[in-house]
Amino acid sequence: MSTDTVIKTPAPSTLSAARLPRWAPLVVALGSAATAVAIGMVAGLHSRLQWGMIAALLFVVASYVIAARVEGQRQAKDRLATSLVWVAFLLAIIPLASLLWETVARGSKVFDMYFLTHSMGTLGDREVGGGIYHALLGTLQQVALASLIAVPIGLLTAIYLVEYGRGKLAKVVTFFVDVMTGIPSIVAGLFVLTFWILILGFDFSGWAGAMALSILMMPVVVRSTEEMLKLVPNELREASLALGVPKWRTILKVVLPTSIGGITTGVMLAVARITGETAPVLLVVWGTNFINTNPFEGAQSSLPLYIYQQYAAGNSASYDRAWAAALTLIGFVMILNLVARGIARWKAPKTGR
Amino acid sequence: MDISTTKAPPPTEPADARPPADDRRKSNSATRPGDRVFLGLSRGSGIVLLTIMGAIAAFLTYRTVLALSDNSGNFFTTFEWDTAATPPKFGIPVLVFGTVVSSIIALVIAVPIAVAIALFISHYAPRKLSGPIAYVIDLLAAVPSIVYGLWGALVVAPHLVGLYSWLDDYLGWTGIFEYSGGAPRSLMTVGILLAIMILPIITNVSREVFLQSPKMHEEAALALGATRWEVIRMSVLPFGRSGVISASMLGLGRALGETIAVATVLSPSFLINASLLDPGGGTFAQNIASKFNEADEFGRDALIASGLVLFVITLLVNGAARLIIARRKEYSGANA
Repeated sequence: MSTDTVIKTPAPSTLSAARLPRWAPLVVALGSAATAVAIGMVAGLHSRLQWGMIAALLFVVASYVIAARVEGQRQAKDRLATSLVWVAFLLAIIPLASLLWETVARGSKVFDMYFLTHSMGTLGDREVGGGIYHALLGTLQQVALASLIAVPIGLLTAIYLVEYGRGKLAKVVTFFVDVMTGIPSIVAGLFVLTFWILILGFDFSGWAGAMALSILMMPVVVRSTEEMLKLVPNELREASLALGVPKWRTILKVVLPTSIGGITTGVMLAVARITGETAPVLLVVWGTNFINTNPFEGAQSSLPLYIYQQYAAGNSASYDRAWAAALTLIGFVMILNLVARGIARWKAPKTGR
Repeated sequence: MDISTTKAPPPTEPADARPPADDRRKSNSATRPGDRVFLGLSRGSGIVLLTIMGAIAAFLTYRTVLALSDNSGNFFTTFEWDTAATPPKFGIPVLVFGTVVSSIIALVIAVPIAVAIALFISHYAPRKLSGPIAYVIDLLAAVPSIVYGLWGALVVAPHLVGLYSWLDDYLGWTGIFEYSGGAPRSLMTVGILLAIMILPIITNVSREVFLQSPKMHEEAALALGATRWEVIRMSVLPFGRSGVISASMLGLGRALGETIAVATVLSPSFLINASLLDPGGGTFAQNIASKFNEADEFGRDALIASGLVLFVITLLVNGAARLIIARRKEYSGANA
């Protein structure tokens, strides 16, 4: 980083102040960790989290004090900021690590092929066994249907905004796409509930859930596609148009293929996002313990809803099932994320700059 | 995706933007049916999006009017939610309190940490690491909220008993930090969980803004002998202030509307409890999710009415955040 080089390069002169050696932070870190462990042992603190907090606190204080004595106030403040920033980062890693670890550890208890290929059926809440087949099926169908609605609309809207959109309509659409990204998922569920079930009088179904999910998916698809279309170099468009190719064919044959990698990534991230949505599904799909292969009729289940219901059942057998289902869901979402980012890297558009 | 709006406007202008060809282009495109169909389709999709937004507002308002006309209490001042009673009586102040308090706790915890992480990624972390670190933070955003809820209720909450007893011992006299034992499924726990959930979005937006801060200013500060912290305080933070504010508002929007994680963790009651550590209270979204299954048709309308309030609040918060970002964009010419 340029910062370091600029600070360190000045030739030693009588004006330069004393500096701590480069290994000083490491030593302070190790020292405070050791002290924290000692304090924890002596005081009988069982939680490793408390040990970590004590260590972090010691590190921040110690590096400030030492730096203030050796290097002076300004350098000490700089070190304080640096260590606080590092501590904040580590602080954010703790929940992620804990969440992943707990899910894997507790979820693997009942996670097996039987769990994936059987439904709950008439199994009681307190009984051991059962599975998520019905929920898996529901999730896949609802997400697929939602994507069928949201992807074309999202793509076309993005194309409108980037390739055609000037003037008032485009501005309004841009603004509302942004605002729409922030719609709480439960409001999307309430909307489909009023519109489809209360006013039009249809029954709870997977399709209703798909509609609610598509509302949440659309703005995400628009945003990411828009970004990708903007990355397509203008020379490509101009070359195609100069050859007399109509604009719509230019878009379909030149612009979209160039940005297809990024668009796929965006769509997959959007799919990953709606796969984990519980609230709308809870309101309009209702949930069932049986396999329902028809998303257009009757209540279905879905993975997030299954987790919620198993959690609400509140006993150890159902908690085990909830964790195993959470493991399935997280695995699915994480794989989608990884693959999506892989595609983004592999097919990154060449911006020509 | 959310971040996009903070980027400088791209240099690309669609090819047909040149003014002289304007008239000819119009007549030209009119002769090509394919172009007209395609323009119609894509513009139509944009209009569909707007229609959905409008329809959400319209339908929710319609059912809200139905619900409010039969409400014997005052929607804004009744501290009860009894839709099955005759006459039904319900109001939202408890929900407003719970929603606002839990979101504020979340912001207070998340904003400083998120800003620090954003600085870490943009200015402190080794170059090679900043990509993977940003990815790890994105992973936090990818975890479904129900899994956060499950984890919050079964893993985090039990761990908080110690912290809450400690707070009660030393700060219990304030009344806010009273803790009377039992499972800590309180607004405070909800706030901590929400803080973790909104961390990624605040980090991402702030990071984008910090990365845009004028290099010239930073180098000027360095040339004057400033330390890294002084550079950040003098040139990066002032530049990024509005970005951080709008990032926080986007996070606030998320926190206000979060449903299932709150419904899983909170043990709700329709009371305003001064102590944040004791179970009780409720939020808009959580109330809808937990009351929905037992609600009759009128009960659903009442829940829809509270949903409309949530919709309007999040709309205002998100809209304001976007406007701040958009206004900032005009000034970022100084960025070049």
